[in-house]
Amino acid sequence: MAEPQKKKLDLNRREMPKQPPEVRKHNFGEVALGYSIENAVREAERCLQCKKPLCVSKCPVEIDIPGFIKSVAQRDFTTGIKVLKEKNLLPAVCGRVCPQEEQCEEVCVLVKKGGQIAIGRLERFLADWEASQETVGIPEIPPSTGRKVAVVGGGPAGLTVAGDLIKLGHQVTIFEALHKLGGVLTYGIPEFRLPKAIVNREVDYLRRLGTEIVPDFVIGKTRTIESLLKEYNAIFIGAGAGLPWFMNIPGENLNGVYSANEYLTRMNLMKGFLFPEYRTPIKEHKQVAVVGGGNVAMDCARTALRLGAETRIIYRRSREELPARLEEVENAEEEGIIFEFLTLPIRYIGDENGWVKEIEYLKMKLGEPDASGRRSPIPIEGSQTKLSVDAVVCAIGNSPNPLIPATTPGLTMGKKGNIVADEQTGKTSMDRIWAGGDVVTGAATVILAMGAGRKAARSIHEYLCSLS
Amino acid sequence: MFRVIENRMIVPNIHLLEIEAPAVASEVRPGQFVILRVNEDGERIPVSIADWDREKGTIMTTILTIGGTTGDLAKVPAGADIPTVVGPLGNATAIDMFGTVLCIGGCYGIGSIYPIARALKEKGNRVITAIEARSSYLFYWEDKLEKVSDRIIHITRDGTKGFRGHVGRILEIMKASSETIDRIIINGCTFLMKRGTDASRPFGIKTIVSLNPIMIDGTGMCGVCRVTVGSNTKFACVDGPDFDGHQVDWQELLQRRKTYVREEAVAFRTSRCEEHRTKP
Ligand SMILES: Cc1cc2nc3c(=O)[nH]c(=O)nc-3n(C[C@H](O)[C@H](O)[C@H](O)COP(=O)(O)OP(=O)(O)OC[C@H]3O[C@@H](n4cnc5c(N)ncnc54)[C@H](O)[C@@H]3O)c2cc1C
Ligand SMILES: Cc1cc2nc3c(=O)[nH]c(=O)nc-3n(C[C@H](O)[C@H](O)[C@H](O)COP(=O)(O)OP(=O)(O)OC[C@H]3O[C@@H](n4cnc5c(N)ncnc54)[C@H](O)[C@@H]3O)c2cc1C
Ligand code: SF4
Ligand code: SF4
Ligand code: FES
Repeated sequence: MAEPQKKKLDLNRREMPKQPPEVRKHNFGEVALGYSIENAVREAERCLQCKKPLCVSKCPVEIDIPGFIKSVAQRDFTTGIKVLKEKNLLPAVCGRVCPQEEQCEEVCVLVKKGGQIAIGRLERFLADWEASQETVGIPEIPPSTGRKVAVVGGGPAGLTVAGDLIKLGHQVTIFEALHKLGGVLTYGIPEFRLPKAIVNREVDYLRRLGTEIVPDFVIGKTRTIESLLKEYNAIFIGAGAGLPWFMNIPGENLNGVYSANEYLTRMNLMKGFLFPEYRTPIKEHKQVAVVGGGNVAMDCARTALRLGAETRIIYRRSREELPARLEEVENAEEEGIIFEFLTLPIRYIGDENGWVKEIEYLKMKLGEPDASGRRSPIPIEGSQTKLSVDAVVCAIGNSPNPLIPATTPGLTMGKKGNIVADEQTGKTSMDRIWAGGDVVTGAATVILAMGAGRKAARSIHEYLCSLS
Repeated sequence: MFRVIENRMIVPNIHLLEIEAPAVASEVRPGQFVILRVNEDGERIPVSIADWDREKGTIMTTILTIGGTTGDLAKVPAGADIPTVVGPLGNATAIDMFGTVLCIGGCYGIGSIYPIARALKEKGNRVITAIEARSSYLFYWEDKLEKVSDRIIHITRDGTKGFRGHVGRILEIMKASSETIDRIIINGCTFLMKRGTDASRPFGIKTIVSLNPIMIDGTGMCGVCRVTVGSNTKFACVDGPDFDGHQVDWQELLQRRKTYVREEAVAFRTSRCEEHRTKP
């Protein structure tokens, strides 16, 4: 086993092979193919093993990054995965979808020289390596404490809480509204970016740890939070931000106008691309416009493209302000998505059968920076233009679903329909109830949801231990 | 997994399913629905809860076979399990002391109007139940409905039972027998609800309908179920399914329900249901 030797700085960030754009735009297979062992070891060897690693400070779950990278360099993958999993229950997911460029990798000491370590890719490598092994180890679970915790929502926040608490010997039940767990990882993020087999594997791991999983159960409908309180010592709410926004412009209810959630759910959760073998239909359109500029918009556009449509992104600012990850924007561009910047839809026009056939939009220009720090778009008068389409996907944002707050009067809510919870502990205004993830912050990221879950789990554990 | 306790065709093309779903049975109130999936690769479809037994932990649904999924559902034998039964979803129908309430049901709605009529009766209302079908042999649950109604009215397209015609005649019938109606509640196919609403509009009688747009999750997540009521967009699964019929944009609802006709024809052809391929 070769120790990484003190040698001159290697700034050559190893590329990860991808399916070529011409090929991948016709299939739903994963775009990025992952490192080979050799590439991973090479990449890991570049890490300087900083004494005070900046990278760790920017990882929301504080993974021992130099630690796991060192193991990769030493080809000791078993130790590597152990180090990772100490802090991150879902490395195969985060390695793929974390916005690393603005987290761990952004502050790697090598970033200034343009050679920051590909932390996310290495994380993914280890997780995939583990999955390729015959057996995935199950940690020893301490004897049951007899304390019961209910987790509402099976997204990354809820899964993290469940994983942390079950490993501490508490009894955990996850209640999930849909028939599958994973939250956005399952119904939202497409197969070509995050294969569902990975999410299933992680959920299965939790099940093997002894977590009770109850799908098809809507808290607020099938049972209220109040009623759960009678049976469980503590409750964690990780219900996400699943309520889709529309723009409230004329024609939005025409056939062929979808919310991003509907479009993606048909595809991912219901596997519409396998219709009619799978029974949920999805339309094959010819000209699709996706309104929005975030990760969600990119996912919708790249899905529509794979279903054979000429696809446009309609975004009201310019390329620089796109909130999506740069990597995803570049992928979309390579695949041939057309970007219409500085455009704002004002009306959808339908045909005689009620199907959308045109978008009317305004051209915009950029003004002063707004509250978000991005330059705000200003409509240019008289610039109305029409564009032919046969489908529109509205990907302008989501907020938390009101089902739980509406049936839990004691919960203090924020202005945006979010549950108010303490940032450090996840405690809500109600006794024995914690919350975290998108339901608290509004739509954010997988790793932030997991980070919130971790903090809440810690606080719940403290509380459970304090019970005599 | 949810066990199907009973599944039988009670009249041509309508199946009565009794399903073990204790969590749903213990919470359900009249006017709510569940979302079902028949198998792992199945579609999620909404169906109203027509009756329940809280002690046994079962719910009953009446299902009209019209397409792929309802066709598959008709085929599930008693004793088998289906993977998803989630609910009770939607808001319960408002039950109060209204006076005289006219409950109208057609096709699957003959079943789902039953718990509503029952609750209204228990509240002390005078309940008149009107059921509509193409022909007399398509009526079911008449005995159950009679028990919870002060008066029952049959309307058939072919005149084989009760009044001849369709539900559009209902207020004319009411007038002829000098009934004063304080509220109307309609369950069933979209056309039936629209016709009933059109009929009551000139009389200004509050008319509640249980809308049935396409749905996926039933929790307010996808927005496919949006309907225009008044001039607002509502999500039928969480804001409804009951709405004031006079405020509903019926044209839009009928149009939106047609979104997948072409694909559904494919699904229907490949339906695992062999014996019920004839459309009603
Ligand atoms: C299309 C798309 C792409 C994205 N891409 C990225 C990306 O590349 N990188 C990244 O970091 N982030 C991405 N995000 C954001 C990220 O997925 C979310 O921030 C994250 O999933 C939030 O996790 P969560 O656990 O808080 O909620 P969710 O993942 O939303 O999970 C909440 C779960 O709770 C369930 N639930 C809701 N209400 C109830 C109820 N009443 N009873 C029972 N269960 C309930 C829901 O069905 C759901 O399963 C993306 C989001 C979308 C929509
Ligand atoms: C709140 C609610 C309660 C309902 N209650 C009942 C009931 O008690 N009994 C009953 O038989 N039917 C009920 N329906 C209608 C039932 O959901 C549809 O008939 C069923 O989804 C059709 O599925 P399919 O695959 O067999 O037919 P398809 O061939 O897929 O569809 C036939 C027609 O049904 C409509 N439809 C398709 N998919 C859906 C969907 N997911 N949701 C709603 N409509 C759809 C479409 O307009 C289509 O034209 C209800 C619908 C709603 C929204
Ligand atoms: S979890 Fe995300 S932020 Fe943390 S090390 Fe992994 S990729 Fe970086
Ligand atoms: S900052 Fe960069 S070089 Fe230093 S330990 Fe972290 S990944 Fe390695
Ligand atoms: S069915 Fe998805 S929001 Fe109503």
